[in-house]
Amino acid sequence: MSNILDLTLVDLVEKIKKKDLSSKEITKTYIERSEKSKKLNTYITEDFESALKKADNFDNKPNFDKKLPGIPIAVKDLFCTKNIRTTAGSKILENFIPTYESTVTNNLWNEGAILLGKLNCDEFAMGSSNETSFFGNVQSPVGEKIVPGGSSGGSASALAAKLTPTTIGTDTGGSIRQPASFTGTVGLKPTYGSCSRYGIVAFASSLDQAGPMTRDVKDCALLFSVISSYDSKDSTSINFRREDHFKKLNKSIKGKKIGIPKEYRVDGMPKEIEDLWQKGINIAKDAGAEIIDVSLPNTNYALPTYYIVAPAEASSNLARYDGVKYGFRSQGENLIDMYEKTRSEGFGNEVKRRIMIGTYVLSSGYYDAYYLKAQKVRRLIKNDFDDVYKKVDAILTPSTPSSAFKIGEKTNDPVSMYLNDIFTVPINLAGLPAISIPAGHDQKDYPLGLQIIGKAFDEQNILNIAYSLEQEIKFKNKMNDWWL
Amino acid sequence: MSKKQSNYIIKRNQNNYEVVIGLEVHAQILSESKLFSSSPTKFGAEPNTQVSLVDAAFPGMLPVINEFCIKQAVKTGLGLKAKINKRSIFDRKNYFYADLPQGYQISQYKDPIVGEGFVILDLPSGEKTIGIERLHLEQDAGKSIHDVDPQNTLVDLNRSGVALMEIVSKPDLRSPDEVNAYIKKLRSIMRYLGTCDGNMQEGSLRADVNVSVRKIGEKKLGTRCEIKNVNSIKFMQMAIEHEANRQVDVIEEGGSIDQETRLFDTKKNETRSMRSKEDAHDYRYFPDPDLLPLEVSDDFINDIKRSIPELPDEKKKRFIEKFSLSAYEANILVSDIETSKYFEEVIKNSDVKLSTNWITGELFALLNEKNLEITKSPISAKNLSKLVNLIKDGIISGKIAKSVFELMAKGDKNPADIVEEKGLKQQSDPKLLEQLIDKVVSDNQDKVKEYKSGKEKLFGFFVGQAMKASSGKANPQLINDILKKKLK
Repeated sequence: MSNILDLTLVDLVEKIKKKDLSSKEITKTYIERSEKSKKLNTYITEDFESALKKADNFDNKPNFDKKLPGIPIAVKDLFCTKNIRTTAGSKILENFIPTYESTVTNNLWNEGAILLGKLNCDEFAMGSSNETSFFGNVQSPVGEKIVPGGSSGGSASALAAKLTPTTIGTDTGGSIRQPASFTGTVGLKPTYGSCSRYGIVAFASSLDQAGPMTRDVKDCALLFSVISSYDSKDSTSINFRREDHFKKLNKSIKGKKIGIPKEYRVDGMPKEIEDLWQKGINIAKDAGAEIIDVSLPNTNYALPTYYIVAPAEASSNLARYDGVKYGFRSQGENLIDMYEKTRSEGFGNEVKRRIMIGTYVLSSGYYDAYYLKAQKVRRLIKNDFDDVYKKVDAILTPSTPSSAFKIGEKTNDPVSMYLNDIFTVPINLAGLPAISIPAGHDQKDYPLGLQIIGKAFDEQNILNIAYSLEQEIKFKNKMNDWWL
Repeated sequence: MSKKQSNYIIKRNQNNYEVVIGLEVHAQILSESKLFSSSPTKFGAEPNTQVSLVDAAFPGMLPVINEFCIKQAVKTGLGLKAKINKRSIFDRKNYFYADLPQGYQISQYKDPIVGEGFVILDLPSGEKTIGIERLHLEQDAGKSIHDVDPQNTLVDLNRSGVALMEIVSKPDLRSPDEVNAYIKKLRSIMRYLGTCDGNMQEGSLRADVNVSVRKIGEKKLGTRCEIKNVNSIKFMQMAIEHEANRQVDVIEEGGSIDQETRLFDTKKNETRSMRSKEDAHDYRYFPDPDLLPLEVSDDFINDIKRSIPELPDEKKKRFIEKFSLSAYEANILVSDIETSKYFEEVIKNSDVKLSTNWITGELFALLNEKNLEITKSPISAKNLSKLVNLIKDGIISGKIAKSVFELMAKGDKNPADIVEEKGLKQQSDPKLLEQLIDKVVSDNQDKVKEYKSGKEKLFGFFVGQAMKASSGKANPQLINDILKKKLK
């Protein structure tokens, strides 16, 4: 049993193909552990019965040509799943059951995967600690009352606690990489346009991107190749030939040029983060990479830019939750009253805060000063990366400025919460791919991650670098199953 | 722009005012499917049967541009002799309403697909050019139904997401009659192009009307009021008339016009304030991040250019030059593409002048009386052409032709067969006619005397008697000629 839980996705696929394991055995094992782990509050909706049936079906008529044959997977509850409740962590969608499937999850099922259930997340993916979910906090397997990060907190926690062999999340400003970093797992935010947004509850359309969250880099390469696809139903999906990243994975990084941006050395950064970064640099150097100091001069403006662009888009994207067509409705005296009650009661505080910020920055008289200016700065941030990529192949930074914090520690200080994403948001603004890999622990034994940022559509390169570093880092999770 | 003085002037006390009008016409694009989804667009379907997940704005649903609608907009732009913008942007216009599922309308704000163009109006006073400011694409909203359920408002989303072109004119219109001519010309052009059916009853064509007034000679435009969503030419004219007079009254009483949005009450024939400038919505326009900027290539535009048929202005010119029609006749014949097709079909084998008269005279009267479109004409172009030829060849007289026409209207019969069956062939045998006239003359000797003594008006009497004697079948030209000889 415990053996199954310790296997990576790649190992599981192997064992299924060799018939060493059945889909049912694996599925049952994960369901049993999930049922014992309710304390972590990772699942919003479980689909265990149906998962067992599907596993049975797979075992009766197995198709080993698939990339994820009979593999059970729980996914972030931001992906619409046909006939399975999809909440986006919000009261306003508490009872919403889609009649359709997101393209990304559809890609999983087409490759033989089986849905275990829907994982907790910050409401509409707005948060960095999974504390904004209507369905309650998620605890990290890393420690009691510790946040798993966010917004893909349920995904990170479930993955690290071995409640699912692998998972997927979405990343608008760091929502895959930050929780991956906090929980000692691997998370990839792909190039914008690589994974279809069709059927993913939208937060900020120009930034949202789905991505894999996995135990190691090999798993990440495999899962990414499954979920990335061109989709004519998403106008921002980009049509290019997708590679088999898993097959092409290569740990040799000799001669690779890796940039170290000086602007990421922020004031007050803990020494342990500084040391972690240096450790990463040394390992890369030892592996034959060339380390080059670079500058991304507009990095400082990334966070404020993000907190204009993302809320602006969100304020408009969330206008559809109005009580008229689906989802939660609070009766009112008239239409306006119904809107006000529905949206006041249906949305949580963080979502309301961002809707208000977004509405404000788009208002006439403020548009030019905020939204338009932010768009211009966004262009400058993108240009910074373009310039640096004339000199280097990838960029190495810490994933977060600190390790995981306590539940409640930052809830009353949104700005300090937002600062969590300082190293991750520039990448979303520039539409680039970046991966976070576990690289060490802080004094409290909480995991810390390193981020490798690539050129657009150059996921293979950052996967290779991550793979190479992973070999040397030999990260070991120090979890003690405290919740069991 | 034409400097021709408009004759529509509002007089109050010693002051003369002119009215300045600009129109924002919303024209529904003729397309099988919606602007950003594949739902059908058929008018009159059961409520909420033409709605996709995208139209109803379900979570995670994304708009995908319908290329055909883009082609239609470009085609219309070319028909308006307008600049096509090779890069345009879809924006979100944010506001809450029950029949707007997304909570925003996807529209084009700063960068529309079509820029400046113009439309030429044929007015009794001559031609006048009306400037087009822009044409942009946008989605239609659904429909709120307030009068079916006593407690609730019902929503029908069939129209939600249907493609509209908003065509914005410059403030070049000066009277309700010009507005009438402008709408008809726009509709005519779009029907020629096949980009909008122009059906106002079904709401395919509606307009917001901007009205201001100023004293004659004043250069500055007055403050305008916008009258929202008027759906017939008649109502537009009534609304303008009322609104212009209201504004003049306010000014004459020493007041000033507030910029505001007004509604036209068709029952009371008046406009009333809907919301002031201060209460105007802040739509928070911003580029739709779900859609990339729309880029169209020269090839794309040129392909569409090649598909554009001869348009009314060019057709009119050709009709005048080639067929020596008057401008008035040409206008009537080209105003509707179907009429022009009918006309060209008739004249393929028939005399142009005579055909024109029969189409604009008898045929139009018939269609008018029966309230029919020319495509539903009970008399086909082929048979009308035959009728014209029967007249031209002297087989029947014009008068007989009218009764043949009436019989044709009851079932599209070949006029030659009717003439044959009813024995209506014109009597053109001079010997027979001479006998007939001789009898008329001998029967009316007293009148002959009067005629010869100078009462020449009596000539008509003899013609009438001769025609009567032939049961109307006599060739009137021959009767004339013979009578003249006999009465000398």
